Amino acid sequence: MFESLSLISLQQYWWLIVSLLGALFVFLTFVQGGGTLLFTIAKNETEKSLLVNTLGRKWEFTFTTLVTFGGAFFASFPLFYATSFGGAYWVWFAILISFVIQAVSYEFRKKPANFLGAKTYEVFLFLNGLLGPLLVGVAVGTFFNGAMFSLDDMNHVTWGTPFRGLEAVLTFHNVALGLAVLFLSRILGLLYFMNSVDNESIYNRSKKHLLYNTVPFLVFFLYFVIALLFKDGFAYKSGTGEVTLETYKYLHNLLAMPVNTIMLLIGVVGVLWGIISTLLKGDTNGIWFAGGGTVLTVWALLILAAFNHTCFYPSALNVQSSLTIENASSSRFTLVAMSYVSLFVPFVLGYIWYAWKSMNNKKISTGELEQEHHVY
Amino acid sequence: MLEGINLSLVDWSRAQFALTAMYHWIFVPLTLGLAIIIAIMETLYVKTGNPEWKRITKFWMTLFGINFAVGIATGIILEFEFGTNWSNYSWFVGDIFGAPLAIEGILAFFMESTFIAIMFFGWNKVSKGFHLTATWLTAIGANLSALWILVANAWMQKPVGMVFNPDTARMEMTNFWDVLFSPMAVHKFLHTTSSSFVLAAIFVIGVSAWYILKGRHVVMARKSIVVAAIFGILASLYTVMTGDSSARDIAHYQPMKFASFEGLYNGSEGAGLVALGLISQNVADPTNENLKDFTVKIEIPNVLSYMAFLNWNAFVPGVNDLIKGNEKYGVMGAIDKITRGKLAIEKLKAYKNAKKAHQLALADSLKTEIMSPDFQKNYFKYFGYGYISDPHTLVPSIPLSFYSFHIMVVLGMYFIFFFLMALYYTLKGKIHKKRSFLRIAIFTIPLAYLASQAGWVLAEAGRQPWVIQDLMPTMAAVTKISTGAVQVTFWLFAIIFTTLLIAELKIMMRQIKIGPKSEGGTN
Repeated sequence: MFESLSLISLQQYWWLIVSLLGALFVFLTFVQGGGTLLFTIAKNETEKSLLVNTLGRKWEFTFTTLVTFGGAFFASFPLFYATSFGGAYWVWFAILISFVIQAVSYEFRKKPANFLGAKTYEVFLFLNGLLGPLLVGVAVGTFFNGAMFSLDDMNHVTWGTPFRGLEAVLTFHNVALGLAVLFLSRILGLLYFMNSVDNESIYNRSKKHLLYNTVPFLVFFLYFVIALLFKDGFAYKSGTGEVTLETYKYLHNLLAMPVNTIMLLIGVVGVLWGIISTLLKGDTNGIWFAGGGTVLTVWALLILAAFNHTCFYPSALNVQSSLTIENASSSRFTLVAMSYVSLFVPFVLGYIWYAWKSMNNKKISTGELEQEHHVY
Repeated sequence: MLEGINLSLVDWSRAQFALTAMYHWIFVPLTLGLAIIIAIMETLYVKTGNPEWKRITKFWMTLFGINFAVGIATGIILEFEFGTNWSNYSWFVGDIFGAPLAIEGILAFFMESTFIAIMFFGWNKVSKGFHLTATWLTAIGANLSALWILVANAWMQKPVGMVFNPDTARMEMTNFWDVLFSPMAVHKFLHTTSSSFVLAAIFVIGVSAWYILKGRHVVMARKSIVVAAIFGILASLYTVMTGDSSARDIAHYQPMKFASFEGLYNGSEGAGLVALGLISQNVADPTNENLKDFTVKIEIPNVLSYMAFLNWNAFVPGVNDLIKGNEKYGVMGAIDKITRGKLAIEKLKAYKNAKKAHQLALADSLKTEIMSPDFQKNYFKYFGYGYISDPHTLVPSIPLSFYSFHIMVVLGMYFIFFFLMALYYTLKGKIHKKRSFLRIAIFTIPLAYLASQAGWVLAEAGRQPWVIQDLMPTMAAVTKISTGAVQVTFWLFAIIFTTLLIAELKIMMRQIKIGPKSEGGTN
């Protein structure tokens, strides 16, 4: 069935899948956001353990989604993988190291003889929560603002600065996206606590902090979106692949792809409704609205970055080296082969949903932790 | 293509990858094997309804969890290091190598990470049957993860199912099933996973032996030894079989690696297998400093020929035959291969230039020539040799290959004997009296890790100087970055991974000292 699709359709299909994985990852960073709030929301050791265990049962999903996102990106757009990971060396390693120290922290924190002490592992969770979303946001910002690379005849990358990607923080638009993702992850973390923890004071404190985090989130997010509408972007010609500068490129994309624009708007409304309904009505289901909204918003933004003949990874060093879904993709054969594998995705999502449901049908409480064999 | 790439950058990048891979491989084999042992134990619990089996399952599951976390932590770095440090390689093979990685994520990692949560936290939340299913799915998911990465690794040892595309300057997949079912991939998967089962079985027996020596949890320890020893015997026999097939793959597709790990300098018919040997400092061949004499060696006549080609008298080429060529047996020399490789690179360059200059007719004819079966078979096949200037650099480190192979094999044989003894003593009810054997069992644990690591050293260091056999030398695969940057990340990872390893060992040992908890659950 996939054999009959044109190459460009396959490339678009895979961009949709990779973007969806990216969007799901941003939703799942509620684990990271929650990690930055341990010291703020918990007022004693029992409460802290409650929060850690609530997050600890979900951290592997976030981690696995990140790994799968990397794998799928490598498979479908290997030139991006080679260019960005090899080029923006420090940014990616900073992100990865923050996830490495997180991976052991849940398991090791409360174990006797854990070498570094519980506090260190909690600090690891905090650092991962801070650096992970912030730097991922900054890195994705370069999808719109460009990066300092150049490619030769053999498609080998040369980077234009010795800072290997860290220079992205000098562009405020990138940083704004990073901060927006960071505050969003904290909002999602708070909403997740309110949904999953059976403890009134944690609920009330989370509600208070929800408001504190919503304000900076909105400021940075709106700045990012509004600046994006007025931004120039790089367009490419199909066939020749020639790259040109186009004023208001992203505004043009929004107008040219109304379905995507509607998805973006629904997403933003979803996030806001998740927050507002929680603040005003004291709901516990805000995570589902805000989470669903996050997925739609991020998905739409990533589509905006790459569709409608837009360079999804523009080169600020040598414009003609810019990456597009056409020049960075795998061969037709590989895309078709992988498309068959993608048919398993609904099945995978199905069993994840089923497993999640059977584990979360009751809120987590201190009583449960006392009875549990495996605690973090 | 190689301008700006210096040797020290390649060496540091290799060191970093080796560091990450070897640390990762400390944790993975135990995860792969223990997951299955736990699943067998839980099956026994569900079948018999005996709560002792539940207690045993939960105890090993705790150790599994501690080990699993560090495996994940080191694994993510490994995945992304392909991009960060081997970006030229990532582009050159991304079309083939990326697909197994993506499939691994979609099919295996999610299975593992979803059901592991139920396995750990679902005892009181889901039914017995569902929990058991989740435990088995975690074990299957873990082993499936190994399948895909090993398929990718096998492809680097023996590239199949692809064609070179001169327009994109990379390899492109033409047959997915050839990649998946390449004999190299199948044997590698079976050998790697079964050897991991062996390691986990030794771990379980070693820890149980410690309990028996201390006179604690003796019933649990004996039950665990029976499960692990039976599992270990089956797994180790299978490891021998698949190891044998893997050796034949190497003899066919990577003759230089084969000659190196056997220390075979001059090929012969009816070649003998060096069962044991010590390499001296004396150079065996004045034209090649890499070839050292043996101080002592025990050689079994004709066995190497049989191992390689299932024929007691077959000719096995040695290092010198592969470098200098051997007309009598149809072995092409390195100089000839280098010439052909250089010609393939020149043709590609000419094609790129013609395309750039818009000389379309010339470009078309060059492309047709490059893509012709004759050119692919006789020239492009040696593409990577075009980057090699000194034929002697085609020989991997012989002591490293020789010792890692022999350590792996000798220990593998010992493990079979070890499992048989453990099972015999336990079934006869004499194990608690065999205190020396129990002590040996504890010290066998590090030996299992040594054998497992040696296997990977042989596979990867033995493949040098290639990152993709015959097509891409390691030095052409590296990311162009300052050596200093790689040095910084190398030491950073060395510190982080070592810290995690220390923490893991301390926690693990403490949990073993604490032992299994008394069963308070209601299930």
